[in-house]
Amino acid sequence: MTIETAKESKFEKTLNSGKFAVTCEIGPPKGADIEEIKEAAEHLRDVADGINITDLQSSVMRLGSLTACHFIKQMGLDPIFQITCRDRNRLALQSDLLSASVLGIRNVLALTGDYTTIGDHPQAEPVFDLDSVQLLWAIKKLEEGFDLSGKELTQKPSFFKGAVVNPGADTEASYELQIIKMKKKIDQGAQFFQTQAIYDAEVFKRFMERIHSENIDVPILAGIILLKSEKMANYMNKFVPGVFVPESIIKKMEGTDDKVSMCIEIASKLIEEVKPYCAGVHIQALGWEKHVPVVVKDSR
Amino acid sequence: MILTEFKPLEELIEKLEDEKKIFIMGCGGCPEGADTGGTEVLADFKEKLEKEGKTVTGVIEIDFLCQKALIRSRIKPRLEQIKDSDSILVFSCGIGVQAVSVVIDKICHPALNTTTFGGITGMWQGTERCDTCSDCILDYTGGICPYTACPKKLLNGACAGQSNDKCETDPERECGWVQIYNNLKRTGNLDKLKKFIPPRDYTKTLPPAALRKSGLWALDEEDAV
Repeated sequence: MTIETAKESKFEKTLNSGKFAVTCEIGPPKGADIEEIKEAAEHLRDVADGINITDLQSSVMRLGSLTACHFIKQMGLDPIFQITCRDRNRLALQSDLLSASVLGIRNVLALTGDYTTIGDHPQAEPVFDLDSVQLLWAIKKLEEGFDLSGKELTQKPSFFKGAVVNPGADTEASYELQIIKMKKKIDQGAQFFQTQAIYDAEVFKRFMERIHSENIDVPILAGIILLKSEKMANYMNKFVPGVFVPESIIKKMEGTDDKVSMCIEIASKLIEEVKPYCAGVHIQALGWEKHVPVVVKDSR
Repeated sequence: MILTEFKPLEELIEKLEDEKKIFIMGCGGCPEGADTGGTEVLADFKEKLEKEGKTVTGVIEIDFLCQKALIRSRIKPRLEQIKDSDSILVFSCGIGVQAVSVVIDKICHPALNTTTFGGITGMWQGTERCDTCSDCILDYTGGICPYTACPKKLLNGACAGQSNDKCETDPERECGWVQIYNNLKRTGNLDKLKKFIPPRDYTKTLPPAALRKSGLWALDEEDAV
C-alpha cells in the first residue's frame, strides 16, 4: 500500500498564504502516557497552525516525539516533528523520517540537540553522527528518492522542513556563526525557521533587519516562552544560552501576585511588537497551554 | 608513531584552486616513517604543484611539526618566503597542521590524512587534539579541529548552546566554533565557512587489523632483515 502524504500541511498553508502563523510546543511526559499531551493539544486546537513535539528536550528521557506526533495528527491537528541528532545515527534518523512520512507527518524541524550531559542521563553516549545542516541535506536526499548510501527508495517522502536560529547570541562570534549556519541550513533546504525565545523585541528587530540585509527570505517564527515567574526569568538568564530577560520584565513579574495575568500581558505585548517583522510566533507554554488562546487572541 | 596517508591529489588541487603561491612544510617525525614525508616526498610534491601551474615559494622540513617552539625558530630564515605565499601546504598529522596554524596566520592545508596513532604517539603525547578521522579538513576550520574542539563534533558550524563564547558542556571550555570563527576572521578566510561539509565517513577510521593489534612500530615479530 502506498500512503498518500499531504501535499501541503495546514501549517505550511498558513505560512504560504502570508497569514500570521502560530505554532506551539508540547513536551512529551516521562512515562507511558499520552493523555497529558492530548489534553495540552486540545487547548491549542483553535489557535495553533502547527504543534511542535519536542525530541527529548534538554536531553531528558521521555516519550518519543514521533509517536506523540502521530497522536496529534490523529486528533486532526498538524504536528511538527522535532528531530535531533543527539540520539540517532544516520540509519536511525533516515528510518524515523520514513516512518514520519508513512504516518502522514509532513512538518519536520531539524535540530542538532542539546549535549547529553545537561540532561538526566549524562552517562549516555552522545551520537551526533550528523549535524543539523547535514540532517537537512539527508532529508533532501530522501525527498529525491535516495538514502545517504545512494540506494533508491521504493517511495519518496516529502516534508515541510524547518530549522532553528538564535537571534540573541551574546557575542559577535556566536552571532555571526548563527547567521552563517542559518544560510547553510537554507542552502540545504530549510523552508522555515523557529527562533530561540526572545523577550526583547528590539533584539529581534535588529536580527530581522540583519536577515533582510542578507537577502534571506524564509519565513521566521519568533520564539516566545511564557514567563511564569521572576524566578524562571533569573534561571533562564543564568542557565539558558541565548535567552535574555530584561530587568524591566523581571521587575513587572516581581511586582505582581497575579503571575498568570502578567505572563499573558508580557507575552501578548511581545507578540504585538514583533508581529510586523516576522511570519509568525512559536510559543513554548511549558504546561500553560490553556493560556495560549488568550495570549495570541489579538494577533490573529 | 602517528600514521598518515596522502590525500588524493585531486582533492589537494581543489583545495588550492584559488591560490597561486604555496609554501611547503614537511614534518621530519612520524611522516618520514610512514612514507608520507621526507625530502624526496616534498620535492616530488613541489614538482607536482609546479606542473599544476603553482609557484612553490619554499620547502622546509622540520623535525617535529607538533612542536610549535621548534617551528617558530626554524621558520625564521624563511619568513619572507612564507609572507609571500597564499597558503601553506603541510605534510604532517592533524596535530602538526594545528601547530603550524597557531604559528602562521595563513590558511594551512593538510596534505595528509591522519589515520591512526598506531600504538605509539611519537612526540605528541595525547589524542585530545586529533581524532585520526582520515579526512582532514583543518584548512576549512582555521587550524582548529571540529571533531576534538566541539563535543558535538559539528562540521557545519556552531550550535546555539554557547554562552559568552563558552561551551554548553562546560563553562570553562571555549566554544570550538568560536575559536574557528576567530581564526578564520583573523586570516581573512571567513568564506571557508560557507562550504557544506558532508557527514564523516567512519569506514576511513577503521585501522587495518595489523595496526589494531600492535602498532606498526611495536615489538611484534615482522619482516626481519
